[in-house]
Amino acid sequence: MADRHPEPDSPALRARWGSFAWTPENATKAKEIIARYPAGRQRSAVMPLLDLAQRQVGAEENTQGWLPLPVMEYVAAQLDMPIIRVLEVATFYTMYNIAPIGRFHVQVCGTTPCMLRGSDDILASCKAKGMKKGHTTADGLFTLTEVECMGNCSSAPMVQINDDNYEDLTAERIEHILDELAAGRQPKTGTQEPGRHTVEPVGGPTSLTAMVSENHDYRGEW
Amino acid sequence: MALADKDRIFTNLYGYQPWNLAAAQARGDWDNTKDLIARGRDAIIQEMKDSGLRGRGGAGFPTGMKWSFMPKESKDGRPSFLVINADESEPGSCKDREIIRHDPHKLIEGALVAGFAMGARAAYIYIRGEYIREAETLFAAVAEAYDAGLLGKNAAGSGYDFDVFVHRGAGAYICGEETAMIESLEGKKGQPRLKPPFPAGAGLYGCPTTVNNVESIAVAPTILRRGAAWFSSFGRENNKGTKLFQISGHVDKPCVVEEEMSIPFRELIEKHCGGIRGGWDNLLAVIPGGSSVPLVPAAEIMDAPMDFDGLRALGSGLGTAAIIVMDKSTDIVRAISRLSYFYKHESCGQCTPCREGTGWMWRVMERLRTGDADVEEIDMLFNVTKQVEGHTICALGDAAAWPIQGLIRHFRPEIERRIAARADVREAAE
Repeated sequence: MADRHPEPDSPALRARWGSFAWTPENATKAKEIIARYPAGRQRSAVMPLLDLAQRQVGAEENTQGWLPLPVMEYVAAQLDMPIIRVLEVATFYTMYNIAPIGRFHVQVCGTTPCMLRGSDDILASCKAKGMKKGHTTADGLFTLTEVECMGNCSSAPMVQINDDNYEDLTAERIEHILDELAAGRQPKTGTQEPGRHTVEPVGGPTSLTAMVSENHDYRGEW
Repeated sequence: MALADKDRIFTNLYGYQPWNLAAAQARGDWDNTKDLIARGRDAIIQEMKDSGLRGRGGAGFPTGMKWSFMPKESKDGRPSFLVINADESEPGSCKDREIIRHDPHKLIEGALVAGFAMGARAAYIYIRGEYIREAETLFAAVAEAYDAGLLGKNAAGSGYDFDVFVHRGAGAYICGEETAMIESLEGKKGQPRLKPPFPAGAGLYGCPTTVNNVESIAVAPTILRRGAAWFSSFGRENNKGTKLFQISGHVDKPCVVEEEMSIPFRELIEKHCGGIRGGWDNLLAVIPGGSSVPLVPAAEIMDAPMDFDGLRALGSGLGTAAIIVMDKSTDIVRAISRLSYFYKHESCGQCTPCREGTGWMWRVMERLRTGDADVEEIDMLFNVTKQVEGHTICALGDAAAWPIQGLIRHFRPEIERRIAARADVREAAE
């Protein structure tokens, strides 16, 4: 199991987040989310609502966002759930940050397919930039986590930073990406291999070549 | 015989063209879906059975048969549900992501057809949380389908009412297990349930439920359009159809590609991946079906057919067809030990043999990696894997045990060499 520990309750935490409430926009979204599940089964909405709450916290403090205890209580109240059931969900699923986090959450995949393609170098580059696994840099910019397989194995190694993936990395490429982010610019997402589109073989597809230039309809050849 | 482009199902696999409804329709999706549904439930299920499609999520259970387990009609008023497993998290697997971000309408149309065939009231697509941009595409594609009248009341003019909802996970590998996925959908920790009752009897919200992989559902409309005989013309007996292979690791050009089932390993790699890095003599071992299956040494895999039965004959499995290739530069003990760490990290903590065993196995693997162990510990580790395997509610315990068993079976001399080398260093120091 992953070892995870929520930020402890404290008067300061209560003072900062005790009055958390949805923004009008998120209140509408929350209603839409709850409506996806059958009546009386609103508890199913706990995962998307926690995600929404984490994003709202992130937007408020300009970080990736996390879940202070009072925010979890707010979600629990909306869904008429005991707080412990919400806390269980928040601690079980690793994408919920249960302690404060930096502006950019640098999640380096270290599982075997990425390892074989050089994820050690990617981690080393992050460390050379002053990052340390499980910690946020002093300027609050980067939090480094080594994560488990992210499902980008044919374009490994990869990192996910907040909502975007950066694939086909090398030490130089990740350093460039981190520099761009630190400078407030958005680097190109997806594969970093020049000329590669997505997960076709580098150098061009070995199948479905007609699709490259036009939306080919193969039905005429059936 | 090579698979022709016209026989590939996922024609926009690489995303050169837009994923949206108009483009998907121009490629042939949602083409008179009403007629497919008009064939009736039994005819659709029979066609799927005849096609020989085996579930693409790893276990390889015949898809048509799975659908037929659902109740024909509700005797007690409970609705039925289809849950689509898009929680692709098996290390090495990266095919459902391509379907969702580049061909989402194949999946959504498949959901309607499959949902109708099993009498489901709605489908929930459970997509892994880390697929953030992919989920955005999927939400948008579902919205497009609703706007075009392809979902909802009288879906696609078929007279059948059907809803599709997208549910995002939040980073737990175990939710790929079908009952853990159901728990998670209900808003709980993703801890697997005991079976029976099986989901087809009591699944989501206690209602009859079928859980299918994304690829199994997304190929269904094409199979129905082109016929079972077309689909079953590919692959060996009992291993029919086309399949998305995902090749990672030490090949010149890793990629995802749709190929005929049973394609020999060497042909697959030569044709699409530019060969093994450093040549075929440099191949050490292959994990042919995602991290859960045992590795296969180079000599055995080179000319093996890539299908369920061919790989089972080698003591491994096709799994999700996630092929992890390792050349001779690989620290093979570390490669497997890293997988042990993965299972330790992803154990849900419900069953003691898995919760404690995965951590224990990883710690011993780390000592074997450095050689800081006794030779007897190799057998001890093997015995412990046998005590974890088969003694847990779900198969995660088995999945943690198998890679280690494969390593010991095929690379015991390498482990012993490390232990001996370390002992020599220790002796010299004394």
